[in-house]
Formats: sequence, structure tokens, C-alpha cells
Amino acid sequence: MTEANVEEKVNAPRLKPEGPWKIAWKRFKKNKIAVVGGVSFILIVLAVIIIPMIYAFNLWRDVEGVTTGQLIRETVNVDLRAQEFQLANSEQPPSRENLLGTDRQGRDVMFRLFYGGRISMMVGVLSAFLTVTLGTLVGGVAGYYGGKIDAFLMRFAEIVQSIPFLPMMMVISAAMRWVPSEQTMLVVVFVVGILSWPGLSRVVRGQILSLREQEFMQATEILGISDTSRIVRHLLPNVLAYIIVSATLGMGGAILLEAGLSFLGLGVSPPMPSWGNMIQTARNSTVFQSYPWIWVPPGMMIMFTVISVNLLGEGLRDAFDPKEIR
Amino acid sequence: MLRFLGKRILQLIPTMLIISLLIFIVLDFMPGDQVQAYLGVGSEVSPARQEQIREQLGLNEPLPVQYLLWLGRVARGDLGRTNIYNADVSDVIFGFIWNSFLLNIFALIFALLIAIPVGIKSAVKKYGLFDNFFTVFSLAGVSMPTFFFALILIFLFARNIDWIPLNGMRTPIMAVRGYESLWQNITDVGRHMILPVTVLTMTSLATLTRYTRNSVIEVINQDYIRTARSKGLKEKVVIYKHAFRNALLPLITILGMWVPALFGGAILLETVFLWPGIGRVLLNGITSQDLSLVMATLVFYALLRVIGNLLADVSYGLADPRVRVK
Repeated sequence: MTEANVEEKVNAPRLKPEGPWKIAWKRFKKNKIAVVGGVSFILIVLAVIIIPMIYAFNLWRDVEGVTTGQLIRETVNVDLRAQEFQLANSEQPPSRENLLGTDRQGRDVMFRLFYGGRISMMVGVLSAFLTVTLGTLVGGVAGYYGGKIDAFLMRFAEIVQSIPFLPMMMVISAAMRWVPSEQTMLVVVFVVGILSWPGLSRVVRGQILSLREQEFMQATEILGISDTSRIVRHLLPNVLAYIIVSATLGMGGAILLEAGLSFLGLGVSPPMPSWGNMIQTARNSTVFQSYPWIWVPPGMMIMFTVISVNLLGEGLRDAFDPKEIR
Repeated sequence: MLRFLGKRILQLIPTMLIISLLIFIVLDFMPGDQVQAYLGVGSEVSPARQEQIREQLGLNEPLPVQYLLWLGRVARGDLGRTNIYNADVSDVIFGFIWNSFLLNIFALIFALLIAIPVGIKSAVKKYGLFDNFFTVFSLAGVSMPTFFFALILIFLFARNIDWIPLNGMRTPIMAVRGYESLWQNITDVGRHMILPVTVLTMTSLATLTRYTRNSVIEVINQDYIRTARSKGLKEKVVIYKHAFRNALLPLITILGMWVPALFGGAILLETVFLWPGIGRVLLNGITSQDLSLVMATLVFYALLRVIGNLLADVSYGLADPRVRVK
């Protein structure tokens, strides 16, 4: 090999390999259905944030002597005066002032629909976050340390998984009825979180067990990198894809669970609206038969939200999974 | 195989003990006075007598002792008494369980009868019109709260078709007077089952079609299917004789998962349709704070779930000899 030849080789443009995130993003973009899911999910999030603000803004704009600063503050905080009972105005069918009519207490259903959406979405996000944190923690520790710790944690996960899910959630929520009504959503987050982590913890453990044996992990051991850094910087990024996907899908599941629990009267308690407890009003036969605008829209919102979350989650799973070729 | 089975059954005992202990601890946080529940709401008894009963029930003992006392009673077959049904808890559970079973077994049979052919057809023409339709269908199915779907069905159909009852299990007048014949009994219950079974079938269908489809797709890509095709066998024979039989195996192995659903599923639907099943018993127990009833029902649910897991494991071992190693 001549010197010139070597020179040429060295100067040849180096092909920068694409990172796994970039590949996943490319694959995700190609998946039209998943993009639709993602976009509609973002739209729903924006709607539940902005629409209650518009209501608050309209309410405060007409108040005499309100300063601009106050107006902005009240708009961002969403004043719950829009929630006050107006019994004279109850059970009005949809009209121009109340696009979705009013409920039994005369409150505007449209406002409650989107304000309740905030609660339901929040329950979804927080529950998914709690589930993922617990699952990753338990699975990570079990997989990394192995041995007795692994055996103990996995046995524990198995036991939690054998607990009947919905019945236990009902009982725990019932046992926590002392929580003030504004915070009942946190109770739902708590019960969903502490009962749903085992599934993910098993996946994370399995992944970490197999990763631990691979060469790059042996290299980190030889280099004497600390345990924390090995877990956080070298192991976790490799299981992140699983975690993101299961967080997304778990969020949809949590929204459905909130709806179910609230429907049974064991979830978010009124007057705080949530999609679940708005449907609960249908258990009253008059509301059910004569005022469908009170309970149908929240059910529809749940369906749209969960569909878009599921589409997004499945799209992400396909994007991250190198084996899936369509 | 027998050793495997024996070992698994022995493992059930500590699992059930821990779960029941967990349930016991959670229930200790539930509001509700067991003495009052024992005596019946509104009964007036002198404080001295109340204290006597408290002593008798062992409620003055510390929690671990109470648990052991409960365990002892259960071992003797005594689950306690329930006030809301004014009967022994065991009688209530075994009385209502069959009502739940009745709903779920029909739903399962219908769902399987539809899901298997639909799943196969979707798999054979992957991403075809038929497949895409059922993909959307199952997505909507898993994304809609079942109780909301039920409410919509009642709202749309049962109001307009008067021979479909809205809820309940029997026509009250007929049930009180007594049925004239067995046939009348069957048709009356049957009419009441139409709506709940429809909803349950649709929701189980959503997951079962996906499951069958994916399982068949996996088999179709195997080498022996290509061999069968290249032998010149008819496509029908290839699919139904060679592919389907093997695709059925994983379907059989999820049989275990159905056990808890068969007896205990559909708490929300039983609430919507006022169906007198075990889910209603649990909810009634929770709302009227009848602790011995709730405790027994929950343990019963847990037992179903644990047995279901065992069946899943065992059938997995039967279907796939490689699993039986340990």
C-alpha cells in the first residue's frame, strides 16, 4: 500500500453513523397513523390547557375595574367562579351561550369538559410517571444486582401482580376517602401507580440481565466506572425505548382506569370535574335519558384521547423496534 | 410434569397468605365499625354489650393477632356474616358468583366464535381492507371505556325496543310471583342478558382478534408453511390444517387468564346493568363498609387470579415441552 493510498483513505469523508434516536424518529415520521395519533394528542393537551383559560378570560374581562395584570393572572390560574352553581340555569340544552348546555347545577358543560380533561390527563400523566419510576427502579435494581435481591424483588412483583387489580384499587380508594376532594385525583394516581409497576419491572429486569453480559458492560467494569454511572449512563439509555413506550401506553390505560373508578364513585370526587365523574352523572336515570349532553361528550373525549395515545404508543414501539419492518 | 405442578401449587400458599395479609392491612384503614356492621345498621345496643361483641370478634387484639384469628376462622370455613345480605359471606359469594359466570361464559364463547375466523382472515390478508377494518375496530374497542359503551347501547337501543330490558337479571314481577315454567325462566334471564353479553363480547373481541391475528401471522412466516405451500397444497388446507393448529396453541395458553375474568370480571358492567353478580357484591360491601364481606370477596378474587396464573403456566408447559425444564 503506497503512502498516497493511505492518505486518501484517511481523508475520505467519514460516514457518520445515524444514532438510534434519529433512526427511530425517521421511522416514526414515515408511520402516518402514528403521526396522526401524536398530533391529535398534542391538540387535546393544548385544548384542555387553553379552552378553560378562554372561559376565565371572558369572565374576568367584564368585571369592572380589573387591571391587566389581574386579568392575566386570573386567566392563567383559571378562576373557578366559572364553576359556581347557577341553579336557575340548570339542565339547559346546548345553545349559543352554552355550546354543550348546562348540567344539573347550571354549570357550563363545555367548560367542565375541558377543565375535567385537565384532571383526567393529569391523572394519566402522573400515574404513568409513577408506574414507570417504580417499574424501572425495581426492575433495574433486580437485574443489575441479581442474586438474592433479584429473587426477592421478582417474587414481590409476582405477588403484586396477583393482586386483583380493579377490586384492590376500589378498596384502597375507599380507604382513602379522608383525602379532601380537590386531591382525590392524587389518590387515583397513587392506586394506579402502586399496582401497575410489576409488568414493566419484569421487562426492564430482563433487558438489563441480558445487557449486563454484553461486552460494553464488561468494558465499563474494567474501566472502573462507578455503579451509579454504569446504571444511569450505560444501562438506562438502552432500556429507555421500552420505558417511553410503556409510559405512553400506560397513560391511556390510566385515563381509562380513572374513568372507571370515578364512575363507581371511588375516583375523583365532585365538585372537581373529571371525565369519569362527569359520566357518572348518567347513573341518575333522568340525566341519562333526558340530558345526554352532560354525559356523552366526556365519554367521547376519553375515547379520542385514549385512541390517540394508543396510536402514538404503538407508533413509537414500531419506530424503536428494529425487527419490525412494514 | 406432576412435580412441576406440585411445586407450583405449593407456591400458591405463601402467595395467598401474603396477599391476604396485604388486603387485611389495607382494610384496616377503611372507615367502618365492624361491631355496627355485625349488629346491623340502626340497631341500638348498650355500650357494654357492644364492648362484649368487640371482644368476641377479637377486635381489641393487635392487627397481627386479628389476622391470625381471621385465618383460623377461614380455615374452619367461617368467612363471617354480612349484614347487607343478612347471610353468611360464603353463601353470598357462592350465590352471586354464578350470575357473573353466566354473563362471562356466553360472552367468551361468542367472542371466540367470532375472533378466531376474523383473526385468521386478517392474518391471511395482512393490511387488506378486512384487516384494516378490524384493526380500527379493536383499537376503538380497547380505547373506549366499557361502561360508556354500555350506556350508549342502552341509550340507543333499549329505549326504543321494548322487549330488551334496560337492566337487572329478571323481570321483577315474574321473579316475585315465580316462573310458570323453566322455559319462561330461561327466556326471561336470556332477554336480560342480551345487552350485557353484547358489550362484553365486543370488548373481549377487540383483544382476542388481535391475539389470534398476530399468532397466525407468526406461524405463517415459518418454514414448514412454505414447505406445505410448495408441496402444492391448497391454500385452505395450508391455513386451516397446518397454520391454524399451531397458532391455536398460544391461544389455549391464555386460557388461564380467562379464569379470573370468567368469574369475577365486569365489575363496571354489572354496575351499569344492575346485574346481581359478584362485582356488585364487592361494590355494595365497599359502600356500606361491610368489612368481612369485602375481605372475603377480595381474597376470592385474588385466589381466582392466582389459580388463573397457575393454569396459564401449566397449559404453557403442556403445549410447549421446552418450558418444563425447571
